[in-house]
Amino acid sequence: MWRYAIPLVLLAVIAAFFYRGLALNPSYVPSALIGKPMPEFALPTVTDAEAKLGSRDIAGKVALLNVWGTWCVECRHEHAFLLKLAKTGMPIYGLNLRDERPAALDWLASLGNPYVASAFDPDGTVAVDWGVTAAPETFLIGRDGKILFKHISPLTQQVWQRAFVPLIKAQCGAPDPGCPQLAALGAQ
Amino acid sequence: MIPEVGQFALILAFCLALIQAVLPIVGAARGRAEWMALARPAAAGQFVFIAIAFGALEYAFLNDDFSVLFVAQHSNSALPIFYKFTAAWGGHEGSMLFWITVLAIWTLAVAAGSRSQPEEFASRVLGVLGIVSCGILAFALFTSNPFIRLTPAPADGNDLNPLLQDPGMIIHPPMLYVGYVGMAVPFAFAVAALFTGRLDKNWAKWTRPWTIAAWMFLTCGITLGSWWSYYELGWGGWWFWDPVENSSFMPWLVATALLHSLAVTERRGIFKSWTVLLAIAAFSLSLLGTFLTRSGVLVSVHAFAADPTRGLFILGLLAVFSGGPLLLYALRAGSLEAEGGFKLLSREAFLLANNILLVIAAGAVLFGTLYPLIIDSLGLGKISVGTPWFDAMFLVPMLPLAVLLGVGMHSIWKTMSGTPLIQRLIWPAGIALALGVTLPLLAYGKASALTAIATVIALWVCAAALLEPLRWWVLRRGAPLTRAQLGMCFAHFGVGVFILGATFVSAYTVETEVSARGGDRFQVGGYDILFRGVKPVESANFTAEEGEFELRKGGRLVTVLASQQRVYRVQQTPTTEAAIDSRLGRDVFIALSKPLGDNAWSVRIQVKPLIRFLWLGPLLMAIGGLLAISDRRYRLAARESAATRAVAAAGTT
Repeated sequence: MWRYAIPLVLLAVIAAFFYRGLALNPSYVPSALIGKPMPEFALPTVTDAEAKLGSRDIAGKVALLNVWGTWCVECRHEHAFLLKLAKTGMPIYGLNLRDERPAALDWLASLGNPYVASAFDPDGTVAVDWGVTAAPETFLIGRDGKILFKHISPLTQQVWQRAFVPLIKAQCGAPDPGCPQLAALGAQ
Repeated sequence: MIPEVGQFALILAFCLALIQAVLPIVGAARGRAEWMALARPAAAGQFVFIAIAFGALEYAFLNDDFSVLFVAQHSNSALPIFYKFTAAWGGHEGSMLFWITVLAIWTLAVAAGSRSQPEEFASRVLGVLGIVSCGILAFALFTSNPFIRLTPAPADGNDLNPLLQDPGMIIHPPMLYVGYVGMAVPFAFAVAALFTGRLDKNWAKWTRPWTIAAWMFLTCGITLGSWWSYYELGWGGWWFWDPVENSSFMPWLVATALLHSLAVTERRGIFKSWTVLLAIAAFSLSLLGTFLTRSGVLVSVHAFAADPTRGLFILGLLAVFSGGPLLLYALRAGSLEAEGGFKLLSREAFLLANNILLVIAAGAVLFGTLYPLIIDSLGLGKISVGTPWFDAMFLVPMLPLAVLLGVGMHSIWKTMSGTPLIQRLIWPAGIALALGVTLPLLAYGKASALTAIATVIALWVCAAALLEPLRWWVLRRGAPLTRAQLGMCFAHFGVGVFILGATFVSAYTVETEVSARGGDRFQVGGYDILFRGVKPVESANFTAEEGEFELRKGGRLVTVLASQQRVYRVQQTPTTEAAIDSRLGRDVFIALSKPLGDNAWSVRIQVKPLIRFLWLGPLLMAIGGLLAISDRRYRLAARESAATRAVAAAGTT
């Protein structure tokens, strides 16, 4: 009798919605900053309290801004991938969040330093301007200094290929000095 | 080294689960006794290895082994040892291992408790449990391994979420998981019955105590969760219709329906296909709950890590574990229906109404929980379903259910005439009506229509539940109650107590949020409250500001309450420790919520009448379940068939 198949049909419908739902992220609220110029800032760096690193240094090329801190276990997880990415020539800027300078220096010395430079933001004031909710977070910044994309949680090869690479390719038509070399990593 | 032992033990457990999943079921189908005989040893061995794995994880936590990623993420060397122990189930990977451990315990219990049942049937039940175990073990091993190492090891861990650093957290998740996972047992019984297409009164008799046991734990787990969120989340709410709460509540509603439907199947041999469907649904909803909380498809205050791979895996498990049995159900259920009907005025009819209303309620909660996902999937935007919707949709089936409950308890099987029923119930109904309307008015001077109706219904349920026990104890009339009947009275009385509590809390809570400086006085709900001021407090893993409050009534000091605003050192998250003065009749809830600057604090003060009834009611329900399980007929049944088997065994040798 057909009525005994109703529960099965119901399950199939619910499962279909779940399957669709997996591809969506409920907490992903499109960042108000996407498509906008990055918020301006100028901070001392982790390595040098006298130096200044700011939005001006980042602008003009395709680059990443990665939010990290020594208190963040997931950042440790992500670190190996960042190192690999840096080797391909992708410029990565760090935003060190709510940290202590000696701990951060120690981290870079022992794990390796993937960053062109890391801005030091012990109070998280710049992070608030950037709408950072947690670490790690990675922003993709276009050549025109606009924020193209924001990824919350550790950056992985998969996320990189799926979300970042197409956006970077769209930015860089012909071979171009302002663009990173994607082939090195994309081939893996 | 020890974490690797745990890892290895988990793999061995998986191998044993495979054996338990395949051989006993195939053996039962082919009549191979030696294959069927493997079910119990495989279950026992699996339990041993899973216990070793769980022990290894605890060992890593207790010894601060931060080279294990999961430990580094959820513990810290300064964490009190108590919480190091409970942190093992404070995150995704550990809680999956805990899920598996609980399933292994239930399986072991079924293996031991099913000796009185026919070997073929017990083998199939254990085989189905083995299939479930395989799935969850594979899930843990492939997507959520708690033993993954982190190199180089960090100097210290990320600490346990401060909200979970609470004694309530030690018992709430285990209770809930024992209940959740316990639904696998009636599920396995149902699937085993579908395999053969044979489902009789004995089947219901075997299934019922397991269902009641799992239901009891689920009841306690949900109640503890509600209690925990009340005192720990710091704003005095007790139920939020949060997706995670809902996903524990839906299996509870369906399990409650199942308990009642099993009663009909056991007594009258009808409702068979319906009972089987409920057993499958209760476990499917438990799995759905796991999916919802673990996949991140819905936003929740419980904020678990969202991982699409895990989500896909659990979705696959859900499709297999629910889809398979439902397919079997679609093919076989038609042949299960038995002869024998019932009249409109009979216990069967009331239990059918109970089932329909409970399933409607569960359906409403399911729909409300999934609605945001459905809308998002169809690309119609991002929305959330609020408490008022849930409240309304839940009350619509629940109020009639409570009214019918009182009558149903006093109805008899097959058929009856209405006159004796009316004669018996006219007094409790009259008393409930009179008291329900007057009590709220006398106590508070006001009552909305809904408050009066809900109070009448609550008292009606209590009175109906007390009728039989009082007749026996006070008047010495009628027959002594069996444990099962007594259990029913307890549980239903608990329902009444709960409704009374929920009604009074929602109607008569007095709450204010004030800006307070040391020395300020406030009057809330008949109490005078003096804010003495704030002082700093230090502890091993947090610093806090502690506000002291004097609570006076009519000039007399009732108590001094201290509420803290804590900041945990590692995660730097502020949490509120509310101060609560509880009496049976009311709670005074004070929470120091945030500094407003210039020595002023925002303080939340609430006086909540009868809020304890919200937890007392479910406790009574659980006690009712305990009484029902200990009923004589289950013990007798076990003893009788053991005796029969002994005779049979003696006959063959």
